[in-house]
Amino acid sequence: MIPRHLIIAVGILLAITLGMSLYVLRMPGRVERSESSAENTQPVAPPVSGSTEQVTLYVAYDDAGVLRPKPVRIQLPAGRQERAAEILRALLTLYLDKFSPHPLGAGSEIRDVYLVDPGLAVIDLNAVFADSHRSGVLIEELTVVSLVQTLSANIPGITRVKILVEGRERDTLAGHADLSNFYDVPAVTQVVAQLQNAP
Amino acid sequence: MVSALLLHSAPEEKRISIYSNAANYSLPVLERNGDEYIGLLELFEPLGAVSAKASGPHWKFRYYDVDSDFVAGKTRARIRSTDYDLPASFLLENGRGLVPLSCLGTLMPRILRGPVTFNQNSRRLFVGNVAVHFTAQVSKTTPPKLVMNFTAPVNPMIATEPGALRMAFNHEAVVAPGSQALTFDSKIIPSASFQENNGAAALVVAATVPLMASFANNGRTVIVEPVPQAVAPSQPVSVPRPPTSASIASPAASAPSNIRRYFAVVDPSHGGAERGASLTAELAEKDVTLALGRRLRQELETRGLPSLLLRDGDTTLSLDQRASLTNSAHPAIYICIHAASQGNGVRLYTALVPAQAESNGPFLSWDAAQTAFQLLSRTAGTGVAAELQSKQIPARALIAPLRPLNNITTAAIALEVAPSSEDVSQLNSPAYQQLIVAAIAAGVAGARDKLEAGR
Repeated sequence: MIPRHLIIAVGILLAITLGMSLYVLRMPGRVERSESSAENTQPVAPPVSGSTEQVTLYVAYDDAGVLRPKPVRIQLPAGRQERAAEILRALLTLYLDKFSPHPLGAGSEIRDVYLVDPGLAVIDLNAVFADSHRSGVLIEELTVVSLVQTLSANIPGITRVKILVEGRERDTLAGHADLSNFYDVPAVTQVVAQLQNAP
Repeated sequence: MVSALLLHSAPEEKRISIYSNAANYSLPVLERNGDEYIGLLELFEPLGAVSAKASGPHWKFRYYDVDSDFVAGKTRARIRSTDYDLPASFLLENGRGLVPLSCLGTLMPRILRGPVTFNQNSRRLFVGNVAVHFTAQVSKTTPPKLVMNFTAPVNPMIATEPGALRMAFNHEAVVAPGSQALTFDSKIIPSASFQENNGAAALVVAATVPLMASFANNGRTVIVEPVPQAVAPSQPVSVPRPPTSASIASPAASAPSNIRRYFAVVDPSHGGAERGASLTAELAEKDVTLALGRRLRQELETRGLPSLLLRDGDTTLSLDQRASLTNSAHPAIYICIHAASQGNGVRLYTALVPAQAESNGPFLSWDAAQTAFQLLSRTAGTGVAAELQSKQIPARALIAPLRPLNNITTAAIALEVAPSSEDVSQLNSPAYQQLIVAAIAAGVAGARDKLEAGR
């Protein structure tokens, strides 16, 4: 006759073994799910040291079809060109957010910003930015004007802006907004004034 | 300077064009030992599965299951196990097999096992029954129109020169309609000639007045007609007469009085390969703009405003072509139509003239051609917006970096039509389209006097 306490102990051990087996079987799936949910397609800003500074981003809001200034505090590097790129990346971070007021395609990036004296800034976008951009006159204009105005409002001395895609000239952003010409900052400021008024 | 002279005097590269059901393509022709040669692999590559292997002097070429064996420096080759004599030696250069161009008419049918027509003088090669034929007829209307109907859609490069309009068919298998010289019973459009050279074809229409071309019937019809004149009919127009019209009494001075003068040019944006925005899974912007454009032309004409539709079919027009056609028609207003799924109502745009686009003396900068007309454009935009709002259609006037607005030398506005609700399919609704275009036409008609005074 097997003692009662021995049967109970064996039963508990079998239950634990069964439970552990089920846990181990389900473990890989959980890891995959947690990895995919943590996936982030937004560009990672390079580490910057120093205190934060206030800049004004000109943010597009698709629902109202307007452009609004938004003061934010971000850490900025010392170099003028690096600051320009960092400010535009801060704007892009907003647009790539889950609750973006003006969504851009995942993977959109500012490749670089070049400041060429006197007063010329060149913004180089990656191909994904243009290729995944939604097509439409207003929707493309909001993006272009948002980039130009954010840059010129925060980096003194910029009078003209040229937008390239992967280092090359492109006719339009996504079939409408002209990228073949230079943007005159005073003229864009006029457009911004119009775009700040809700219809 | 020397290099510039050398570049200028460099001879045109010799090319051959191949037209087939699989692809239309063009390849460079090589000069070797005084003969014209072509790479066999690149010739067949777009037509199907090919492979080649060099083994000593032998070059084994395979097209699907057809095997051929060529020998470097020899004229005799074996194709499908039978001998074939080339008119000149086969050449092997770095593993690349070259055959004389003159043999293509007999060599290709053996390998392709189908008919091939090769015009060696013009270097145009047709694989199978792919030739595009056309008929040309001048209408008895005033002004006369040359209507050309093609058996397949065409998209020629169009250029105007004094006394002629030239249509270059670089990618289409267009062939001559019997005779290469065409004559018409018209003093304004007396003749046309079909020319083939260096792998390309061109149709040159001679005329005593400037001409313009438009497309219809999904690119199967090209209509050539006199450009509407902006000058007063009593003013003579100085147009050099083509040599073919030497016997014609100078009609140039009297022709403009019979030519229709357009008040508006309506431009449905996008078209052809350029779809514009995908409004829904099935609905492309180019189709909505064409439907709106046709309705707008009708509405303007109903109000006594003669209008020209730049695109009356699914054809591709570049932005420069749109601007050139509009500027040569000298209308009082240019209206470009776009459509979008975002927002609601109609957005009206005038040009954001780019920086660094200055005009020099009498020459207008192409990018800043709109500068002198910006005020007039805004007046027109405001008038149309007011008319839309009076019909309870939300309207908003904006400036936008939207070509070709900045290239237009008259009042120029662009419309972006959005649905009035969340339902994007409304853009395709005839009732909604009619409501929008009627209001736009009424707005344009309301600004007629200012626009007429401005041109």
